[in-house]
Amino acid sequence: MRVPPGVNASDFAAAIQQLEDAVGKEWVFTSDEDVALYRDAYSPFMGEPEERLASAAVAPETVEQVQSVVRIANQYKIPIYPVSTGKNLGYGGSAPVLSGSVVLDLKRMNRIIEVNERNAYALVEPGVSYFDLYRYIQEKGLKLWVDVPDPGWGSPVGNSLDRGGGYLMPQYRNHFDSHCGMEVVLANGEIMRTGMGALPNSETWQEYKSGFGPWVDGMFSQSNFGVVTKMGFWLMPEPDSYLSGTVIVPRHDDLIPLVRILNYLENTRVSNGMPDLASPLLGIPMLSEFAARFDQGTTPFDRPQDPELAQRIAKSGGLASPDLDEYAVRKGIGYWSAKLSFYGAAKANAANWAFAKEKYAEIPGVKFEEGENYKLPLTPQQREKVHKPQFGIPSLAMFSIGARSAMNPAPSNGHMWFSPIIPRTGEAIFEANKVFAAAAGEFGLPFLNFNLPSCYWERAFIFIFAFPVTRDVETNKKNRVAFQKLIQVAAEHGWGEYRTPPAFQDAIMNTYSYNNHSLLRFHETVKDAVDPNGILSAGRYGIWPKHIRETKS
Amino acid sequence: MKKTPALLILALAILLAAKPLPAQDGVSRSHAWTTATVKGEGQPRGYVQYQNYCSMCHGEGGGKPGTLALQAKYKGAVPALLEKRTDLTPQLIKTYVRNGISVMPIFRKTEISDADLDAICAYLTRNNKQ
Repeated sequence: MRVPPGVNASDFAAAIQQLEDAVGKEWVFTSDEDVALYRDAYSPFMGEPEERLASAAVAPETVEQVQSVVRIANQYKIPIYPVSTGKNLGYGGSAPVLSGSVVLDLKRMNRIIEVNERNAYALVEPGVSYFDLYRYIQEKGLKLWVDVPDPGWGSPVGNSLDRGGGYLMPQYRNHFDSHCGMEVVLANGEIMRTGMGALPNSETWQEYKSGFGPWVDGMFSQSNFGVVTKMGFWLMPEPDSYLSGTVIVPRHDDLIPLVRILNYLENTRVSNGMPDLASPLLGIPMLSEFAARFDQGTTPFDRPQDPELAQRIAKSGGLASPDLDEYAVRKGIGYWSAKLSFYGAAKANAANWAFAKEKYAEIPGVKFEEGENYKLPLTPQQREKVHKPQFGIPSLAMFSIGARSAMNPAPSNGHMWFSPIIPRTGEAIFEANKVFAAAAGEFGLPFLNFNLPSCYWERAFIFIFAFPVTRDVETNKKNRVAFQKLIQVAAEHGWGEYRTPPAFQDAIMNTYSYNNHSLLRFHETVKDAVDPNGILSAGRYGIWPKHIRETKS
Repeated sequence: MKKTPALLILALAILLAAKPLPAQDGVSRSHAWTTATVKGEGQPRGYVQYQNYCSMCHGEGGGKPGTLALQAKYKGAVPALLEKRTDLTPQLIKTYVRNGISVMPIFRKTEISDADLDAICAYLTRNNKQ
């Protein structure tokens, strides 16, 4: 049996015995076979000595049991690493950041404590998956939608604590922002409730976020300051109707007004679903078309090109040229497009789409395509056709990226995303493409002709650069080196990543270095104060406890 | 997920201790303490757990990466839908569930217990020739 770093074997054996007493012997996993189930299936270190491996796992079922586990860990100074459903694939899965940690597996805490239809919120435990919550709402016939990530694996608690996102209206799309109230087991075993939950008998724990005094919820996301055991979420009441429409613009530089007007429309809530950029000319599909592409036996990255266009691109030496604009205009193929989504009353959606068209009329040559128009709820036939997450339906279709298909006969063993936040402007999209295409060339990475942002926060884009994870050590090593370099390149341009696998958390935290790393030093001050033995998730998001910082330096 | 009687009692105790929520049928509906997985009353446990843990990738219809991958792998030599296969062995199923394959991750015992995995194996091998 592996023993946690800095813990002697007899202490560990005593601790395991106590953990078994606390949660039941069958829920403490120590055999090699059982502990191996906690490996990160998408680890970029798979098969290398640096792979992050657990020493054991413990799976409590109640908050009282979580308290016991934390107290035992404190007594023996054993590093523990909480996971919710352990499906944060591409971002560490169920493996710890610090090898030898005991994984605190919260999957068995799978109670949906409350779903309130009238005021549209839920209170759930960490082991409740998106599928669980969705099925529950369906089974009860509640008129509520859950904003799900894509793929929709994992849990509301885990995904929001890692600051994932979805597709619905802006106030739900950012999953951490849409939470309301937490219950946290602190490192000393004490239970704390945040926001209105701090008021005994509060009637509004899931309805007013900040309570009274400092609002500390953010400190429990992408961090290691406590174990979140309950979390509230605002759900989206099922809208009356859904409408989509696509704006198509003819020239390269039209991307700039396309995004500028998009931002105005979304920030004034004229359109309110996640926008979807594409390039008909370059063959870049909308994100909402990805699943259908897989079903058709192709992939979103398969971009067949008219030979004349390929020739013109080669001759232009870039994508911004009058020659390409002329081609796009002559052929009537838009250079760029943006699908707008509208959730709301049917008449209001139609009026909002009409207003969007008025705003976009300032772009010479703009065209519009009518899209989907559904009275909700969807019929079973409509459900089969749509991009499910845009209707609050969890789906795993997106896993087809990297999975075996006719176009991809040798599938990868997972993926990781390099995902810097860039400004929500057309100029930034051009600049990111220029910078990352050059970096890809330098570091020997494949780079498609152009990348559009795949995710849209309310005020920023996520520019995503996919890395496959393989079973070939040399390929993984090469990709890790390239990933590290991209982090530096991004930082030099003022772009920082929003989320990353454990392999790169230190490097990325290191780029958030304003004023001699004052933010990280603040995190460390908090860490040392709230978790003096450094037992919780050591190293998560680059925050290490004092005793390990001292060894590292 | 099946609970032991002791855990049921605990859940019941918590339910009773919880503040009752105002009943306003037709206006507000609140629900307390449940597991929300597919229940499939009257169906074998293997079928139910297959729906809960496998069908979102290995089911029928569009957007099922597992089914698409097996179609690409076997090109129709065997059915792409696992539920239609007659050649799977429990050992093979367990190997994939506990080790993962390609982008399919590892499933832990807190997700699919050994007993549930046995039931899933029984379900997927139900039509095998003896």
